[in-house]
Amino acid sequence: MALPQAKQDATEARLSTVSLPQGAAWLTQLREAAIARVREMGLPTARDEYWKFTRPDTLVQAEVPEAALFDEGEAPIFDGVDRLKVVFVDGVFDAEASDDLSLEGLSIERLSDVAQADIHWAKDLYGSMEARGQDPVHRPLAALNTALAEDGVVIHVTGKVSKPVNLIYHHKSTRSDALLHHVVKLDAGADLTVLENGPAAARFNNVMEVDVADGAAFNHVRTQGRDHERRAATHVFARVGEESAFKTFTLTANGVLTRNECVVEMVGDNGVAHIAGACVGDGDFHHDDTVFVTHDAQNCESRQVFKKVLRNGAKGIFQGKILVKPDAQKTDGYQISQSLLLDGDSEFNAKPELEIYADDVACSHGSTSGAIDEDALYYLRARGVPKAIATDMLTLSFLAEAVEEIEDEALRDEINARLEGWLERRRG
Amino acid sequence: MLEIKNLHVDLEEEEKTILKGVDLTVEAGKVHAIMGPNGSGKSTLSYVLSGRDGYEVTEGSASLEGEDILDMEPEERAAAGLFLAFQYPVEIPGVGNMTFMRTALNSQRKARGQEEMSAADFLKLVREKAATLKMSNDMLKRPVNVGFSGGEKKRNEILQMAVLEPKMCILDETDSGLDVDAMKLVSEGVNALRDAGRSFLVITHYQRLLDHIKPDVVHIMADGKIIKTGGPELALEVEKNGYSDLLEEVA
Repeated sequence: MALPQAKQDATEARLSTVSLPQGAAWLTQLREAAIARVREMGLPTARDEYWKFTRPDTLVQAEVPEAALFDEGEAPIFDGVDRLKVVFVDGVFDAEASDDLSLEGLSIERLSDVAQADIHWAKDLYGSMEARGQDPVHRPLAALNTALAEDGVVIHVTGKVSKPVNLIYHHKSTRSDALLHHVVKLDAGADLTVLENGPAAARFNNVMEVDVADGAAFNHVRTQGRDHERRAATHVFARVGEESAFKTFTLTANGVLTRNECVVEMVGDNGVAHIAGACVGDGDFHHDDTVFVTHDAQNCESRQVFKKVLRNGAKGIFQGKILVKPDAQKTDGYQISQSLLLDGDSEFNAKPELEIYADDVACSHGSTSGAIDEDALYYLRARGVPKAIATDMLTLSFLAEAVEEIEDEALRDEINARLEGWLERRRG
Repeated sequence: MLEIKNLHVDLEEEEKTILKGVDLTVEAGKVHAIMGPNGSGKSTLSYVLSGRDGYEVTEGSASLEGEDILDMEPEERAAAGLFLAFQYPVEIPGVGNMTFMRTALNSQRKARGQEEMSAADFLKLVREKAATLKMSNDMLKRPVNVGFSGGEKKRNEILQMAVLEPKMCILDETDSGLDVDAMKLVSEGVNALRDAGRSFLVITHYQRLLDHIKPDVVHIMADGKIIKTGGPELALEVEKNGYSDLLEEVA
């Protein structure tokens, strides 16, 4: 189907400002295929149904809106966690600040190094899940990332890994435009946790493709911090094999524009996928969680749990879909998206969707928006807890169901402590 | 301790007057009971004193140790030493009971210019008080009142009272929903807190609670006013004859 002329013109104009990175033939081929996908789909505009609630222009345009550098004024999260640090500054790997990239149970390489290899296992994966994820809904920013990203990590997990890999992002230039593309391949029975945190750039386009083989487990815990002026479009693509587990959680505070997409395909029987997010937004905050889970195998479980606390005109969006294919019998799909609106100025838009072609499934979804529980607030205050603190306690209480989705207790505590700290800081 | 003068209160949402001139003085160290039929305004009095939204004071005053409390925020009243044991304690999923009590205690201490209590000292304090109320560790760890039975919720109220050590305790129908054993446990908890510097206002429908928590003074409330005040024998009279005789007597 031909693109509308205006969209085609806008896409071509934007693509005329970029050039494909140099690399080995196999990668150049994949990048060319990705740019062809972008041409075919066109870059998103405000008229697209999938971008109904979030304006994509500042994510698409050639010029990067300025974002002030942000001093977190606190120790980075996960500092207390034993992990392998991989540091990027404005989207470029920083070897000095990173740990030695070796860890038992996995091999980890820079994408820019992999790009020079004549042949590499990543050729079968790089961009493959992104490409599959373009159907039935287009995600052109992810294809653009596949075409243009020069850095990122390529991880092959062969066994159980003793500590998490922590991707740490630093922002040091006010107009930086960072694209990172990560590929994670877990062999059968392998187990890895990936952590992500830190302000990455003025504009950040991040893609992670995760192939979870049979019996493997992948956990992902991410924070998007208080660097308010950043703009970010992130995609996590996962293919989940038989008896395997994929779990991802994102905590977001602040941010004028964040769009987090998660696209999961259940391809093996008895797989599990949990996708969760908690966010606290204030003022000109705009946060969009867009999730698409496809069940294409039997007896799989998927959960989507998203909670947003919004105030002073903050906006939250949830678009979540569960697609159950004809043979995906015994699917257990669950989806909940809820917002706590602390005032009348804030806004939450939810578009939950179920599309089911199998006849023996249990799928449920729900979405609610509510104000704070006045009875609980009064109860806390009657015990001497000041209103602002009581409100934050109820905020934590509201977010708890999403945070609980983090499997590892130490990481869950870390996230809770950070969340409490952020709220306390905000109270002043 | 607590001095209420000519208190008139309307509902904010609808044009309805609930309290029509309540006068009541509770001296330090004393236990006063308020009895009265349904709809007489007993619970409203407890809510207005603790600062719940939805009520408008149109006339009169209420003070705690000489300080006007009606203009204070609920948390300021609590820090000043007022405590309401709720008739229906609220469930708060996701907030641990211990976190809740510690935040409450330290907020009050901070408001009074006292040092915050350390986690270790707090734990010791709560364990000790919880033991006398036969509250398990599990109940302390669970989210506030979530999954608690009626009796457990009331014990949790008394535990909070014991931990916060308020000067003026208002018990709003603490006996409702309690079986005999639970009532005994709760009453013992309250009696253990009786002290020369602490006063109680016990709101109840029934005399039976007053068998366990012996009042110094009993008030009968009807149609938004205190219509009769007497000693413990007044409660027995109500138990025997009901409210109708008293209401007629006044009318």
